[in-house]
Amino acid sequence: MSIRTEQMTLNMGPQHPSTHGVFRLVLTIEGETIVKAEPVIGYLHRGSEKLAENLLYTQFIPYTDRLDYLNAMTNNYIYCAGVEELLDWEIPERAEYLRVLVMELNRIASHLVWWGTFLLDIGALSPFLYAFRDRDLILDRLNEISGARMTFNYVRIGGVKWDAPDGWIEKVQETVKEVRENIHEYDRLVTGNEIFQARTIGVGKITQEDAINWGLSGPIARGSGLKFDLRKEEPYSIYDRFDFDVPTFQEGDVYARYKTRIAEMHESLKIIEQACADIPDGEYIHKKGKRIMMIKPKPGEVYKRCEASKGEIGVYIVSDGKTQPYRVKLRRPSFVNVQILQDYLVGEPIANLVAIFGSLDIVLGEVDA
Amino acid sequence: MTEEYLELVSARINNIAGHDSAVEEAKLNFGKPMVTISTENWTQDTARMLHDDPELKFNFLSCLTGIDYEEHMEVVYNLYSIPHNQYLYVKVKTPRDNPEVQSVQPVWKTADWLERETYDLLGISFPGHRNLKRILLEDDWEGHPLRKDYVTDKKAMGLD
Repeated sequence: MSIRTEQMTLNMGPQHPSTHGVFRLVLTIEGETIVKAEPVIGYLHRGSEKLAENLLYTQFIPYTDRLDYLNAMTNNYIYCAGVEELLDWEIPERAEYLRVLVMELNRIASHLVWWGTFLLDIGALSPFLYAFRDRDLILDRLNEISGARMTFNYVRIGGVKWDAPDGWIEKVQETVKEVRENIHEYDRLVTGNEIFQARTIGVGKITQEDAINWGLSGPIARGSGLKFDLRKEEPYSIYDRFDFDVPTFQEGDVYARYKTRIAEMHESLKIIEQACADIPDGEYIHKKGKRIMMIKPKPGEVYKRCEASKGEIGVYIVSDGKTQPYRVKLRRPSFVNVQILQDYLVGEPIANLVAIFGSLDIVLGEVDA
Repeated sequence: MTEEYLELVSARINNIAGHDSAVEEAKLNFGKPMVTISTENWTQDTARMLHDDPELKFNFLSCLTGIDYEEHMEVVYNLYSIPHNQYLYVKVKTPRDNPEVQSVQPVWKTADWLERETYDLLGISFPGHRNLKRILLEDDWEGHPLRKDYVTDKKAMGLD
């Protein structure tokens, strides 16, 4: 005897604990299986690109903080780097070192939030507490150098806002040791856990070919076997001076993305250690960078991209020679990455949805811009 | 090397179009090749060729930007070839009233939401897209905010 079934529509969100923001998924389900998934976004849309057109070049930097607010240093950096390319300025060496230091510290902080919340989503509460303990160690360092815990506005066109306070480099070196020790603890706590593995191994597989076609980047692409990291492939800033690996895993499942991010944190720590050892004395900003009315790029356009914690972040800046940009387009990795849900949730049971969604590591501030 | 590369790309695009004027302009922009293709020659075949051609293999669509230049609109594709570590800017111009550019969503799935976003904020239509509708703004939003002549209704937004 067969049981009569019928499809039903299920709204997940816009307020749902696992969406970490305002995100809605309209699911059509048959029993426990998803037959159609439609992401609905835009709840946090603030018109950042439109706002940019009415602001001085420097004034737009704080708005980039509010895209991916967990990884704001890289947002600051890529916008400034785009403008600098148009201006053709030489950036002081010390400034580049400070930028690398804060960007890598921020990458670890961002991965830690992901690690804690992802595990929270799939049912493990305590890792969240460990992750936030360590993240706060890093945020303290970032707070000391920038004056803010999350919305830094620290990287400026031509350099950084100000130099590191006395003794900051030594403090960072201490933090690196502590965080490294703690990340090893994570492995003992979670990575080998049987229940965790049962929830993640073989779930949400993305092939390398699909990852490229969907424009996926960052840890998601590397978890699908694509050895591609912009810090290595086209070293921006001074990344060519550091010795680090690009962790890549072949399986393409949720577990592979997990392992990629854990391994990446270790690589970031390696970069920070080297940068702390090599940082030279000198200026921290280009002399024209302090006078914001002088920032007036020649007419032209450029696309500049770099490796954020979530993947490729890019800016397309068009200048018409005035003090305000003519057009700023923000290529946000979360926005590009999250669209795969349309296709990748089909055929999955609802229980896998949260694991797959969580493994993408998106921030809604960035999706909606 | 880069100059030669620019010629190679132009030749391939003209070849698929069947005449010499498909590429309107080819130049280097900050050291990266940039080609402007006339609207009628920006077809899915051209996009498919850029994606598949063994010497080009632009398999990664980095970014898609719409720009309102007041006299016309423009869509810029930032293509990247992972196997060859090579960039390409592709520009397609379209008239300001009734702007339309061929969708490349079937070639690069990345374009799915990027085209919807461009449609939403600039009003450029992409025929051939599987599901072209607004994405960031509500379905009943009037106008396209990133157009230069868009007037912000301050009162409706509670700013007045």
